[in-house]
This record gives sequence, C-alpha cells and structure tokens, in this order.
Amino acid sequence: MKSSFIKVAAIAATLTIALTGCAANEGNGNADLTGTINGAGSSAMGSAQEAWIAAYQTANGGVNVNYDPTGSGAGREAFFSGAVSFAGSDSSLKDEELLLTSTNCAPDSKFFEVPVYVSPIAVIFNVEGVTDLNLSSTTLAGIFKGTIKKWNDAAILAENPGVNLPSATITAVHRSDDSGTTKNFTDYLSKTASAIWDGEVSDTFPYQTGEGAKGTSGVVDAVKNGKNTIGYADASKAGELSTAKLKVGETWVAYSAAAAAKIVETSPRVEGRDANDMAVKLDRNSTDGTTYPLVLISYVIGCTDYADDEVGALVKSYLGYLVTEAAQSNAATNAGAAPLTASVREEAAAIINNIK
Amino acid sequence: MTTKTKAKLNGDVLFKGLSVGSGILILITLALVSGFLLFQAIPALTGNPDAAKGDLFGYLSPLVFGTLYSAILALIIAVPLSIGIGLFISHYAQRKLGQSLGYAIDLLAAIPSVVYGLWGIMVLAPAVQPIYVWLVDNASWFPLFSGPVSGTGRTIFTVSIVLAIMILPIMSAIAREIFLQTPKLHQEAALALGATKWEMIRLAVLPYAKSGLVSAAMLGLGRALGETMAVALVLSPANVISWNLLTSTNSTSIAANIALNFPEASGLNVNLLIASGLVLFVITMFVNMMARRIVSGGAK
Repeated sequence: MKSSFIKVAAIAATLTIALTGCAANEGNGNADLTGTINGAGSSAMGSAQEAWIAAYQTANGGVNVNYDPTGSGAGREAFFSGAVSFAGSDSSLKDEELLLTSTNCAPDSKFFEVPVYVSPIAVIFNVEGVTDLNLSSTTLAGIFKGTIKKWNDAAILAENPGVNLPSATITAVHRSDDSGTTKNFTDYLSKTASAIWDGEVSDTFPYQTGEGAKGTSGVVDAVKNGKNTIGYADASKAGELSTAKLKVGETWVAYSAAAAAKIVETSPRVEGRDANDMAVKLDRNSTDGTTYPLVLISYVIGCTDYADDEVGALVKSYLGYLVTEAAQSNAATNAGAAPLTASVREEAAAIINNIK
Repeated sequence: MTTKTKAKLNGDVLFKGLSVGSGILILITLALVSGFLLFQAIPALTGNPDAAKGDLFGYLSPLVFGTLYSAILALIIAVPLSIGIGLFISHYAQRKLGQSLGYAIDLLAAIPSVVYGLWGIMVLAPAVQPIYVWLVDNASWFPLFSGPVSGTGRTIFTVSIVLAIMILPIMSAIAREIFLQTPKLHQEAALALGATKWEMIRLAVLPYAKSGLVSAAMLGLGRALGETMAVALVLSPANVISWNLLTSTNSTSIAANIALNFPEASGLNVNLLIASGLVLFVITMFVNMMARRIVSGGAK
C-alpha cells in the first residue's frame, strides 16, 4: 500500500517537473536571438543577477548571459576596456568617466546608465529586551563614530522614551571589507549629520573605532552572536534581528521595500547628464515620511550604440528584461531587493529600448 | 663498455635530468612569482609621489605589525603544546594510545582553514568573550589586557588561538619524529646514571631535538604568517598598531587584508595590495633564512 502510494507520488512529481519545464520553454522569449554577452561589476546585485539570468535564459534558450560580481570599480574598468559588454555599478559614472571611450561602443555613442537594483540598508541591533529603537542620523553617527559609548546615553534615551535601555557599552559593527554598503551608509551620515560625521565617504569605513566584520553575513553574525551590538547590513540579510527606525522629517520610518523604492523616484537626478543617464542624486535629507533614504542603488551601464549590432541587440533584450515588473519582483523574492516603482521602470525601459 | 653499464648510465642520466629539471622548475616558479609581485607593486611604490609614499608606510606598518604579532602569539601558545604532545606520544603514552593520538592530531591538519574561521566566529569567540570581560574588569593593570573589551570576542587573541590550533599538527608531528629518533644509547646512559625520566628527557632528548624543534617552530610560524581565511573571518580589524589583546581594534595581517579588500579594489589600490603581498613575501623569506641559520648552527 505504502510503496504504491510512493510510486504514484513519484510519477506525479515527474509529470509536474516535465510540464513546468515545457511551460518555461514556451515563455515570451525571443527564439531568434542567439549569442553570449558578458557583464561584470557590483557584487551587491550579484544574487539578483543570478536570479535574472536564470529566468532570462529559460525564456531565451539561445542566449548565454554571464555576470561576474568583481566589484563596481573593476566592472566599470572592464566595460571601458571592452572586456565586458555592460557593467553593474553601485555608484553612478563620475563626470570624468563620461569623457572616456569604450571599444564596445560605436564612435558617436554615449553611455547609458539606468538603476536596476535598489536595496534598503537596515540598521540592525541586538540589545536584550529591546525590540523597538528610534535613531536619528546624528545619534547614529555618534554611535558609529564612537562618541556615544553607552546604550543609555542621553541622546538615545531622548529619542526612545519609555524604552528600558541598559547601561552597557555599545559594540558598533561595521564592514571590514570594502563595500558599496559602507559607502552608502557613510554617505547618508555625512549628508544628514555632517556636524558629527566628518569621515570620508568611501567603500572603507573611515574611523578606527568599533568592530569590523567580513561581508554582510559577517556583520549580521557579529551582531547576532555579540551582546549590546549594532550594525548595518542589506535589509534582506537582517533575518530575525530587530531593526531601528530612522528619522525622516518628523516621522520615524522603518525600512520597507516600498519606502526604499520611493526615495529613488522622488530624488533628483545628477545635474548636467543627458536623457540616457538616470544617475540619481539620492535625497538623503528627504523629509517625506513615506521614503527611506538609507538605500543602495545599483546601475547597469552600457553604450547607447554598440559597435557590434548583435551585441547591442542582446544587451537590449537582456537589460530590457531587468526593468520589467516580473524581473523586479523576481529580485525582490530571490535577493531581497526593493522593486523599482512603475514610473522609474518605464523611464528606464524607454532608454534601453533605444539601444542600437 | 658493456651494455649493462650503458643501461645504468642511461638511468643515471635520466634521473639526473629529472631532478635537475625539478630544481630549475621550482626556481623559475619562484622567480615568476617574485617578478609578478615586484612588477605589480612598482606603481604603488613610485606612483602618486605626494600622497602614496607617506601613506605607504602608514598603511603597511600596522599590517606588518599585525602579521608578526598574531603569528608570534600563536607560536607562544603552540610551541609548549606541541612539545608536550610530542613527548607524550614518544615517551609517556603506551604505543597504541600514542599512535591513535598521533592520527587524531594529523586529522586537524586536514580541516580547511575556512572551517577553522567559521568555528572561530561561531563557537570560540562567543565562548571566550565572557573570559575577556572578566580579564578586563579584574586584570586590566596588565597592559595587554586593557579595555575596552570587545563585545563579540573577535580579537587578535582569539585569532591567535585559532592559528595555534592550525599550526599544531605540523609542529607536533615533527616534534614526535625527532623525539623518537633520539639515540637509545644516550637515553639509557642517562637512566643508568640514575636520572629520573624527566631528567633523562632534559639531559638526553631535548638537547638532541633542539634544532629540529626550532625548524618545526619556523614551519609553524611560516604557516601562521600566511594564514588568510581564518584571520579574515575572525578578526575585527582596524588600521592601527595595537598591543591590546582583548579589544575590537586590532592590527590585521597582510594576507587577511588582501583577501578582504581585493574583491572591490581597482586602480592603484590593487597595486598597493600587491605591494603588501611583496612585503609578506620578504618577511617569510627572512623567517626561513633565520630558521636555516639557527638549524645549521645547532647541528655543529
């Protein structure tokens, strides 16, 4: 009896796999496209790229996409040198980089730049008995710079009336490896709490205080296993740790995908860029209580006109997929990204549609 | 000449060619690696004459300090342990017990360093953190134990414990072999003169084994100097020179620093990291030369 049930279940499972396999192959793919394109860059969107490539290649059997998460700077260099066809980058192109040429591009081509991946950065903490914590950026800057040393410091108590904070020493955990997360975190603090945060905005944590840990998982681990700890990490990796609310205008805002995506929509663009360049100047000082300004944006960068038309068609097809609603919710499920809002997606799609 | 000697000669020629070839190959590899290090390091050593040179020393000196400090601490922990283990297996334990203990220690060498690193952050660091708190509270008059104590236990002392465990297998294996090779006659002579077992070991075994123990220690030191993954995972690094054992602000090692920062590095930073690798190469070479000198001096 039991064994026959197992047999039936096995047959059913095989059928399901076979059927879904068929369905996936009959997706809305373009059967005419064939070839290989390579991208490299931001490791922040590495897991999102994996999910995107898997879904895209299922729909477009003839296209082979590779993405190498070597880091943003290395990715941009590889793009300009012609080693890869597109770059992923946690920061937008610098003004001087706009003057460079890439062997990828046709002679009169420009560079395009569209956001495809938005990740909220959560402030995580582990203090016994405390689950809710409000932190303004000045307090947060003090904690990570090391000027606020105890959990029951007057500045923290003032923002958290009624919360029973211990007199324990704060262990502030930062990334020990260079990372775009640190760059966005320090950028947020230096824009919103410049009186305290005088450190450099860079991939490297600027002060020699606090505790360093390797990678997002290292920080999460140190915060979880330590006592009276606080750290910052990509929100998708925060797990069951408590996260602090940030002060935006007059409201305390917890991170959410919607609030993170909204800051991308409401922030102004970098000035002096042409229509193909969606470089966002993140409005860290936003006073809109429905936005969460501590986010990381990753862009894809390529040529508006590729020297090789076949490569252009492939890049257009693949990147066109990245800004669809399906791809954005795929990244939200598989990589914890905040899906881009409809208006940002439409603008990006229009730019990608013009790739030649 | 008979055919028999001819065949012998051919074998000789072939074998000589093979061994000379291997010797030359290892020299070529060494030359290629050091050439790569030098060539790639030059832009960092010469480029940006205003900014980099002053910075270069400030950047490299904490790394050199951290590399040596963590390795020497590990050695201080591992040397007495490895001598003890070696003596136990060679002179105190029953044959069967000693053999199985030897196998168990050899097994430690088979564990990948990334596993040691994970064990360090997930098990060892949380376990020793309360001890660190106690030490800072009660013994901070001792300069190395001054606070503020690390909240997670991921300090240079924890790293040194992990490193010590990692270098223990090779060191205790060599110690064991050397103790076993001590001439039986020396040992029996010492016993015949009325020495106790401990006196016999002190008079006959340890002096005989001295140079071998030094080379075991140097092998361990070489491994600890170059260890990357375990240090990168466990240590909470900062770009400072610090003697403190129990704080969050620790000098990191060269190899761990390269592993942490290479993935996102570009431009001159890559050259800077490779330059630090060149420094590590020089340090390791220096350690090896010292070891050779000590060993050859001891053999006289």
